Amino acid sequence: MTVLQKNDFRPVPEVVERKPRKGGRKVRDNLTAYGFLSGALICFALFSWYPMIREIILSFQENNFVDPPVWVGTQNYTDVFQDSAFAPAWKNTAMFTLLALLCGYIIPFVIALVLNELRHARGYLRFVVYLPVMLPPAVSVLLFKWFYDPGPGLFNQILDLFHLPTLAWLDSTDTALISLVIVSTWMNLGSGTLIYLAALQSVPPELYEAAELDGAGIFRRIWHVTIPQTRLILLVMLLIQIIATMQVFIEPMLLTGGGPEDATVSVVYLMYQYAFNFGNYGGGSALGVMLMLVLLVFSAAYLRISREEK
Amino acid sequence: MSSVNRTIVSPLQLSSRWGRRIYWATVVFMVVLFTAVFVFPLYWMVTGALKSGEEFAKVPPTYFPSSFNFQSYKDAWNLMNLDRYLVNTIYYAGGAWAFSLGFDVAAAYALSKLRPVFGNVVLFMMLSTLMIPPLVILLPAYLTIKDVPIVHLDLQNSPWALWLPAVANGFSIFLLKRFFDSIPTDLLEAAQLDGASAFRILWSIILPISRPILGVVSIFTVVAVWKDYAWPLITLSDPDKMTISVGLVHSSANMPQTTLTAGLVIASVPTILVFFLFQRHIMAGLTAGSLKG
Repeated sequence: MTVLQKNDFRPVPEVVERKPRKGGRKVRDNLTAYGFLSGALICFALFSWYPMIREIILSFQENNFVDPPVWVGTQNYTDVFQDSAFAPAWKNTAMFTLLALLCGYIIPFVIALVLNELRHARGYLRFVVYLPVMLPPAVSVLLFKWFYDPGPGLFNQILDLFHLPTLAWLDSTDTALISLVIVSTWMNLGSGTLIYLAALQSVPPELYEAAELDGAGIFRRIWHVTIPQTRLILLVMLLIQIIATMQVFIEPMLLTGGGPEDATVSVVYLMYQYAFNFGNYGGGSALGVMLMLVLLVFSAAYLRISREEK
Repeated sequence: MSSVNRTIVSPLQLSSRWGRRIYWATVVFMVVLFTAVFVFPLYWMVTGALKSGEEFAKVPPTYFPSSFNFQSYKDAWNLMNLDRYLVNTIYYAGGAWAFSLGFDVAAAYALSKLRPVFGNVVLFMMLSTLMIPPLVILLPAYLTIKDVPIVHLDLQNSPWALWLPAVANGFSIFLLKRFFDSIPTDLLEAAQLDGASAFRILWSIILPISRPILGVVSIFTVVAVWKDYAWPLITLSDPDKMTISVGLVHSSANMPQTTLTAGLVIASVPTILVFFLFQRHIMAGLTAGSLKG
């Protein structure tokens, strides 16, 4: 996923220098190549490139797809901005991203660090941590919805077992968002863990030996050897995580419907509601454009960092 | 030997008496923790659906069903239309697999080996879609399905609504192109001198040696169709056309929790099975995509 690294766009030097060809041949070669590309080009155009542009256009229009669209300037943006759910949606998305990062970014790295030290049961642990990633998210979310049930739900039963006070989970504004973070972390933790594990295996053992000879303890070895050596992958994963968690949708959609009292409404969920519940594509697109801009900032920051790296 | 497997903790520290104790304590702790966190919920799901209605609602719960009751599984299968949804999903995943592999392999081959003019611009544009997740452009992409530009077709509730967008996957293009780049050009030029066409080179030389990456891309494509929720929710809204994820939610509305739980088990069997069978490929693909480069 280090997709936007500079190297990828540099042409691979060809082993054999091509002989200069006649113009006709060159045109034919290009036509063949674009023939091969055509299927993918059409699909990318229809489902990625055109929608990106169209979202920007739609956000400045009032459009019911029956009458000709009307340009309304920034009206959609001001309308969305004044929506009482707008501020909570951004606040919740930011909060969700932050909490999901705290859990879903740091925990997998710690787990990977420990797993990498183990010589036993590693296959089992690796298999098990990835198991939830393979479940359809709808299944995981519905499963946790049942666990969160304040009555016979598993979580309150466990709390009860240890004589701890039970929680209202999804029904309380205090715990609803964190409940979503728990599901999300549970079902996504595995991929990060396995990616870090692979990265850790590429750290040269000599470095640890050298650090040990210099008298560095375990934590200093992690800080001065492991983290710098896996810096790039840590950075890439941070960006991927932010992009993935900022579009939180299925959790509020299936668990809470954005409630209680907008405590779990997210930007993408609000966008979905605008379009498919209120038929307001202009407002929905305005939200989409805002989210695109935020993600663009992160992408730009990432590009900048990975360029400095080289 | 020791330096080959050397990690943060030194072998010397590990082989000491306390080192060994701490090591084994950590192993046991991790196994117990992971089993509790990742396996127990699944156990609870499978056994919960085996309990009778009364036992299921009992507080405190029983940890093992007092008798196996398969009624919930039967109900889920018969009342929730799961067979229909499963068949649909297999059909969608199969088509998505065929289209995305066909088009993306051809495209990655063209970008890697045929190198047409503006090839790098095309590649950049394809890869930059990775920065814009599909949910962000959900609305305009849905409008494309509702009324495809130029040809004005309505693809709602048709399998094309899942097949064509599956092709527009920057990650597949990235993985395939990267692999093709590693195939030496002289091999291909020799074939070219023998008069082999571009298609023939792709078919007889490139594809046979690309099996590992084709496997990885295939699994990811199929699993992605299986796991997706938002896109099939809005494009395939006809109950007869739904995917398993969407259908499960759709038909859960008036179901007792036992039946729904059995439905969850049935819906997760296919992907878990895929994981058992292709574990190595999946894990290899996961790291191949993120590490190289």
